[in-house]
Amino acid sequence: MKNFAQLFLSLDETNKTNEKIKVLKDYFNTVPDTDKMHMLALFSGRRPKRQINSTLVRNWAIEASNIPAWLFEESYHVVGDLAETMSLLMPQNRGSSSKTLTEWIAEINNLSDKTEEEKKLWLMDSWAMLDSSERFVFNKLLTGSFRVGVSQSLVIKALSDITGIEPPVLTHRIMGSWMPENYTYEQLVQEQSPADDISRPYPFFLAYPIQETSEKQKSADELGMALGEPRDWQAEWKWDGIRSQLIKRNGEIFIWSRGEDLATEKFPELHPFLQALPDGTVLDGELLSFQNGLPMPFNVLQTRIGRKNLSRKILEESPVAVIAYDCLEHMGEDIRHKPQSERRQILEELQAATPFPDFFNISALIPFASWDELGRTREQSRAMIAEGIMLKRKSATYQVGRKRGDWWKWKIDPLSVDAVMIYAQKGHGRRADLYTDYTFAVWDGDKLVPFAKAYSGLTDAEINKVDYFVKRNTLEKFGPVRTVKPELVFEIGFEGINKSTRHKSGIALRFPRILRWRHDKPKEEADTIESLRALLGK
Amino acid sequence: MPEKPLLEFTDKGIYCAEGKFYIDPWKPVDDAVITHAHADHAYWGHKRYLAHHHSREVLLYRLGEINLQTVEYGEKVMKNGVEISLFPAGHVIGSAQIRVEYKGQMWVVSGDYKVEDDGVSAPFEPVRCHHFISECTFGMPVYQWKPQADIFNEVNNWWRYNVEHNLATVIVGYSLGKAQRILQNLDLSIGNVYTHGVIENTNEALRRNGIKLNPTIRITQETSKEEARKGIVLAPPSSVGTPWMRKFNPYSFGYCSGWMAIRGAKRRRAADRGFVLSDHADWDGLISAIDATGCECVYLTHGYTAQFTRYLNEIGFNAKEVHTLYGDDEGMTSVPEEEPDKHVAEKKEVTP
Repeated sequence: MKNFAQLFLSLDETNKTNEKIKVLKDYFNTVPDTDKMHMLALFSGRRPKRQINSTLVRNWAIEASNIPAWLFEESYHVVGDLAETMSLLMPQNRGSSSKTLTEWIAEINNLSDKTEEEKKLWLMDSWAMLDSSERFVFNKLLTGSFRVGVSQSLVIKALSDITGIEPPVLTHRIMGSWMPENYTYEQLVQEQSPADDISRPYPFFLAYPIQETSEKQKSADELGMALGEPRDWQAEWKWDGIRSQLIKRNGEIFIWSRGEDLATEKFPELHPFLQALPDGTVLDGELLSFQNGLPMPFNVLQTRIGRKNLSRKILEESPVAVIAYDCLEHMGEDIRHKPQSERRQILEELQAATPFPDFFNISALIPFASWDELGRTREQSRAMIAEGIMLKRKSATYQVGRKRGDWWKWKIDPLSVDAVMIYAQKGHGRRADLYTDYTFAVWDGDKLVPFAKAYSGLTDAEINKVDYFVKRNTLEKFGPVRTVKPELVFEIGFEGINKSTRHKSGIALRFPRILRWRHDKPKEEADTIESLRALLGK
Repeated sequence: MPEKPLLEFTDKGIYCAEGKFYIDPWKPVDDAVITHAHADHAYWGHKRYLAHHHSREVLLYRLGEINLQTVEYGEKVMKNGVEISLFPAGHVIGSAQIRVEYKGQMWVVSGDYKVEDDGVSAPFEPVRCHHFISECTFGMPVYQWKPQADIFNEVNNWWRYNVEHNLATVIVGYSLGKAQRILQNLDLSIGNVYTHGVIENTNEALRRNGIKLNPTIRITQETSKEEARKGIVLAPPSSVGTPWMRKFNPYSFGYCSGWMAIRGAKRRRAADRGFVLSDHADWDGLISAIDATGCECVYLTHGYTAQFTRYLNEIGFNAKEVHTLYGDDEGMTSVPEEEPDKHVAEKKEVTP
């Protein structure tokens, strides 16, 4: 654990990529192989199951810290991270421990059949033998909020330097449903074939945005300059659903979402079509809710994502179907190296053969002869329930991660309204102890109704100014939330708008964020709820 | 009928009506008693200033020609029958707690303070009083400082590592206080100390005041980057991310502040290294200092006032939260870096 805690400290101590890679390599070179796999698991989002619920951990931490519960809560708002708060508040350790990361995780996993009393005893003893930096990572393991300041690609780079295995290959090998208990370092660095782990997905290929902000509009001419001839490209709608990989191997089916969650059981209506695919098939596509054969906005899908039991009504009225746009494995062979046009042909053949065309849709190609024409087609995205257009080079292979060059997303401009900030709350992580999370309102007559929360879009300098304003213009405090004097106006952008029975304003926004601070607008000139409702019709 | 309090909180600062003077006022007044020379305590525009001897040159440098009387710690000054005396606050060189006494009523204004002896400022002395007006910049239990010897060990090791790897070492701290504390605690066998102009101006003022500081080299256009790379560069927070700092590329930059205790705050600063080094008292330091005064009532002026006041009341103190313009009410943006040149400029514009 000392090595693992030191890894954290060292990663925190530099902002330079090369230094971080060096730190990661030092770690890999020092620790036993089982620790390597545990670290890889943690850094790729595979954390141990939570064995003690966080309320208990919190209560016992309060007891160990010997402060009142309210002061613990206040401290948490200052620190913005529960594991760190607990490690800062506890008294100095009395003993020390030389257990490895693997041993600690085994102890945590062994808690499952222990009584509450035994768990408490174990936890108090553990805290007492860890120093504050070890306690911090240990608490992270326990509470399961394991986000690290280093990207997976850096970890892969370090591992690649050590093993001599190419990063895309390693990225693929650490995907899927493995846990460090059943996947050894030896296996990781050996030659592998798709059949080794029949559930393992491929790393997703992600598109680069053509324009990063709405202010930097790209004209059709500029697009032509950058991308060349239209005939070298295929265009599709950019669907707003759940990006997924669908696998059929050895008679078994698997559905993976982009966040590497296995979601097979959440979409029973897709099972027959997947079962009917030939063995050794992997499709890439978007899952969407459909009604009468037409895709529905994302919020329809959203209402069923969290559900344990799917009612017959949902399955009948708005079943999920896939809009497939790529084929990554065919007849048991990894075909990612084949060009887009060939993979497209294979995909079309597979789709033509399906007995379930209602569930296995194919992403239609948009015909276009010029970039100008495509630009005009893009204007119809909202009507198509799409977020814009995807451009794929016909000669492109299927690559790993977000790469510039062959896949581009050309999104439509967001919708926007001017709104007044009325509540503020402190952020987490690097925004700890700063008011960074805001609630916005529009006018309904002479009242301001909240309609959206947004966290992102301001620069650090702007955040400092808003924070300064919030601290001096607080009207009321409700726990961590402050009611702020309505004064600051911001332009809020969003991708979609839908009716909602769960929100006071009666509407729900898709991806709201702050586009800019409207210093020029007094609060009276912010938009109204009517102007938002008018957007519903579009 | 309770007697009128000797000190009261007004919109200009802490006021003694009986003695007709203010302590650390933020609006122009006739008589100002100054705890220390940081910009949020020593404002420009008062008719008469009273401060500690060691604040003299820094105040003159920052505020220009002011009418300034300075005194030694423990020395008594009478104003309209009210006795004023200064006691070490341990915050920065020349910082003082102000004791005010009248007809047996004893008040102490802490200004900013820390209880650890930093080896540079006169160490904090607890002063018995009836009423104690205290800061609480770090009045949350998550702020617990390690002894400065530990921190300077880290700093010196980091410096040594950088020299070995041909990286410039840039260490950031406020120009009055942190800069001198760092300077006096570095292991000078590693190399020379180079200073940013703002820090060197403060150092020079302190040297004029008779304070002995380790040797420093002011960075100018002519300074060789290669030589500076072998030493350590002392820089103020305002220089972070400026072309001035980028000239030292490749460099490692360390930030010294109490806020570095929190990972998020450290990440926000994007410093390569955050050293938890503060010139304010930590949680335990605040409580022990308040306890040592034996006061009947403690007033919390700036920092996490609401939370700290509540806690003190729960453990048996009689604590009150008051609003002042010192520091910030609770955040990272607090303790503004003093920009002396600006104050001088302001003065030039206004002087008749």
